[in-house]
Formats: sequence, C-alpha cells, structure tokens
Amino acid sequence: MALTVKDVEHVAKLSRLSFSDDEKADFIEKLNSVVDYIEQLGEVDVEGVKPTYNVLDIKNVFREDKVEKSFDRKDIIANAPSAEGGCFKVPKVVK
Amino acid sequence: MEFFNLTAHEVRDMLRNKEVTSVELVESMFSRIDDVENDLNSFLKTYKEEALEKAKEIDKRLSNGEELGDLAGIPIAVKDNMCTTGKNTTCASKMLENFKPPYNATVVEKLENEGAIIIGKTNMDEFAMGSSTENSAFQITKNPWDLDRVPGGSSGGSAAAVTAGEAFLALGSDTGGSIRQPASLCGIVGLKPTYGLVSRYGLIAFASSLDQIGPLSKDVEDSAIMLNAIAGHDRRDSTSANKEKIDYKKSLINDVKGMKIGVPKEYFGEGINDEVKELIYKALDKLVELGAEYEMISLPHVEYSLPTYYIIAPAEASSNLARFDGIRYGYRTAQFDGVDDLYTRTRTEGFGEEVKRRIMIGTHSLASGYYDAYYNKAMKVRTLIKNDFDKAFEKYDCIITPTVTDKAFKIGEKTDDPLAMYMGDVCTVPVNIAGVPAISIPAGFVDSMPIGMQIIGNHFDEETILRVAYTFEKNTDFNRRAKL
Repeated sequence: MALTVKDVEHVAKLSRLSFSDDEKADFIEKLNSVVDYIEQLGEVDVEGVKPTYNVLDIKNVFREDKVEKSFDRKDIIANAPSAEGGCFKVPKVVK
Repeated sequence: MEFFNLTAHEVRDMLRNKEVTSVELVESMFSRIDDVENDLNSFLKTYKEEALEKAKEIDKRLSNGEELGDLAGIPIAVKDNMCTTGKNTTCASKMLENFKPPYNATVVEKLENEGAIIIGKTNMDEFAMGSSTENSAFQITKNPWDLDRVPGGSSGGSAAAVTAGEAFLALGSDTGGSIRQPASLCGIVGLKPTYGLVSRYGLIAFASSLDQIGPLSKDVEDSAIMLNAIAGHDRRDSTSANKEKIDYKKSLINDVKGMKIGVPKEYFGEGINDEVKELIYKALDKLVELGAEYEMISLPHVEYSLPTYYIIAPAEASSNLARFDGIRYGYRTAQFDGVDDLYTRTRTEGFGEEVKRRIMIGTHSLASGYYDAYYNKAMKVRTLIKNDFDKAFEKYDCIITPTVTDKAFKIGEKTDDPLAMYMGDVCTVPVNIAGVPAISIPAGFVDSMPIGMQIIGNHFDEETILRVAYTFEKNTDFNRRAKL
C-alpha cells in the first residue's frame, strides 16, 4: 500500500521530524520503494509460527537490587546542551 | 623499518623479542597516518600524545619482564559508535558531534585492560546506517585499493584504516553486514560473532536485537586474538550470553579434512555477479582439495531476510533513536517555541537523510494498524529463517557463501537509490537475523578489486569458522595488501 503525503506527515509527526514540501516528495518516492519491497513478506505463511524477539531466547535477567557506584552528576550534566543548578534545563512543559 | 604491512601477531612477537618498542609502533602508525590519511579519511579523531604515553608505560612493563596479553602495546582503532570516556563518540552524526561519554564501552575497557593502545576513532555511516560510509556527517572514507570507490560500510573507517596499515587492528559493529561487507570490499578479515558473545554495553544502539561488535584484521590469527580480548559475559548487557571462556587461538588449525560444508543455492541466484560466483566455487574446490566436502543445499526462507531486516532494523532504530531529543546530551536547535518544537527542530537538524528515512520506516511499521502486518510478521519470518540455519547445522559444520554481490562500487553510485544500496547486503543480513557467527576472508579479485568469502557457523561455534578461514588463508595467496 503506497504512502501518501498525509501518511508521511502523520509518521513525521510521530517521529518528531519535519520535512519541506520538496523533501516530502523525494521522501515519498524513496520510502514507497522500500515499503513495496518489505511488503513481499505478505506472501510468507506464518500460521502457527512463534515470533523470535531474541535469537538466544534469554528471558528476563534479574539481579539483586543493590545500590552501586553511579556516575557523578557533573559528568552527566556536562553533556547537556542546557543545564542549571545541576539539572537539565527544558522549556516550560506544563501549560 | 616500516611496520604498516605487518599483522598484530607479527609485531607482538617483535615486541616480545625486543626487536621493536610500543613507542616505535605508535610512531610508525602516525607516520603512516600522515602519509595516507588525507587520501582516505579513515579517522574522525586520533590521540597521538596519549597513545605515546600509554606506549611508554607498556614498554616499561615489558622491560620489567611483566607477562602481558597479545594486544599489549599494539596500536588499534575503534569505530566511533563505541563509548570512550571523555573522548568524543559521535556515531558520525551532527547529533552527537560534541558528545563525550562519561564511561567506556565494555569492549573499550577490555582492550585497555589488555594494554592495547587506542590511537583513534574511525569514520562510519551515521548511526551505522549504510553500506558505504558515505552517510557520515563529517567525511567520506575512500577504499585504499581505489580511491574512487567506497570502502563499504558502515564500519568503512575501521576497514580502510586496517587495510592501509593506519592501525594493526580495529573494532567494527555489524547489524546487517557492517563488519563483513567492508572487510570484503577492502580485502581484509571481518568477523561478526554470535549475537550475545560480545557485550554491547557502551555501543550506541542501532538495532538492539541484531547489533554485534567484532574485529577487522589483516589475517585470521589477528581476528582470533581480538575475539579473545573482547568476548565474554557482561552483567551490564542483559543480552550477553553466560558461556565458558574459549581460547580462539586454539582454533587456528590448518586442517579441514572431513569437514562438511553446506552451500545454499539461494546465494548464487541473479543479483550476484557471475565472476563473484565463479570465484567462490573455485574457493570451494580449494577446500575440497584440502579434504573438506561440500554440497549444495537450500535455505528456503533466506530470500525473505532482506525485507525482514528492513522491518526489524528500522523499527528498533526508531525506538533507540527516540532518546536523541536535545535534552540530556547531543545537539539542540538554537531557536524553538515550546518543548515539542524543540524536539522536532533538534531531530530534523541533527539527523542526516538516511537516518531520518529509517526512523520514518520504523515508526510507520510500528504504528497502530500496521504492527501486526509488519513488525509481528517479521518476527515470525525471523523464526523461519533461524530454523533454516538450525536445520542446516544439524548436517553441516559450516555454510559458505559470497560476502558481497559485487566488488566495491564507485563513490556516489548508489546514494540516490536507497533500495539498491540495501540490496547489496543480501548475503550478510540473514546471518544477523539468525544470530549466528560469520567471518569474511579474502577469496580473490574481480577487476583487481578484492572479494570476500563468507563462512557462517552455528551459534557460538566461532571455532569452526576460524579454523576453515585459517586453513583457506594458509593455502592460498589472496590475502594481499593494497598498494598505497
């Protein structure tokens, strides 16, 4: 099923990405060639087949809930594009 | 003396025999880098002063008679998607241009504990998405055999560096072929270990159920040495396998007598250059001459590997890359109106075209209404592909295929056609889907450009593929150095 401009705009919104009209046109063409390609999976019969999420079949890995040495706050904050008073700085979120 | 054409194990022996010092090795690497790096662009960053300091320390320890590991004092390179404390780890993306991780990836920690000397971080396709290293936000790496051609990708910087002798060994990462394909196109050895053998802690995730770190090296022995250093359980990676430690150097046995090789007919169909097929059949004849036997087999679901991959990998990538939002690390847009605008502008400006395309494909295939048709279906087809491999390994010791469909392509040749670029990975992707190990070794030349042969093993049976690779290498002379 070919993607339309509307689909691309919706997926872009979900992805937190934006595209100019020219970019959208180019994107739709290239995306559709990929979507067409992956849709050939439709022909495979998977009746009764279990999904493989992890090839090793490792289930939940638990450990003791123990306090261990963590990173220094200043080392973490050092990478933040904006910080103040040892905290990440973000624009107002609550309206 | 020039060292750049030597292997890591050769210079290790020279270090032990006091024929060379680690400082001399580091200096020789940097003089080689001075000579060829302008042509190649293998590295995003190098650390000469620090490397020399570490080399001095290793020389001191060696002269004190300390017993050190195989990699002690050997200059190596690391792909720029593995975290290095306090040193830029960019994933070749504008998004992480100034990111300095507060911790080392487990593999980096292990290499440093071995005394290996990390001389630089190598170029790659942005977030490891690509097969040519043309998707780097910073530079295009060239193939040392022909500067008009790509080195492959996404570990193209690591492959070019090892090929040209700018480093004795390098680490790459492989999600759909990103170690094996550049190794093939550059005429070196590339090993993707079994999923879970090497810790992914500190590897910036692309597709978590497929990613695996492995070595790029000049020969099979060096590959085994590097694998010894990086393999092993890590409690910080919950998908890391808890297995008994194996000494992979013991797999370096020049003998394949009685080995049974399966050769899947699906890898010799249209889409593979006839000269490549011919060269792989010749390689198989050589292995028969050495005492192995091969049979044509069928892996009936392998033809669905690529569409399965282009659902799973972008889906996982779109989730993994959601963390890049301009808040805690990485790029942040200069001007924005509210938090949603901040996210959108940051991501739109910070990611390159291919990364955005994969995020879009992934988000689409995970979106409500499509999840079952795409993602869940792909997870089931993955089971069928894995079953094909499991069944083949009941009867055969290993599986042999071409690594690539053709020789290295020209820079710019496929940049406008993402699907054509994706199709080039048709031989390598099934291995990641099944989670099995595979090694690519030089198997001949097409138009003077190197071509690799892929040897695939059963889960956690790196020993067999190393043995077959080693035997082939010892009895042929395809493992040659690019003239540069």
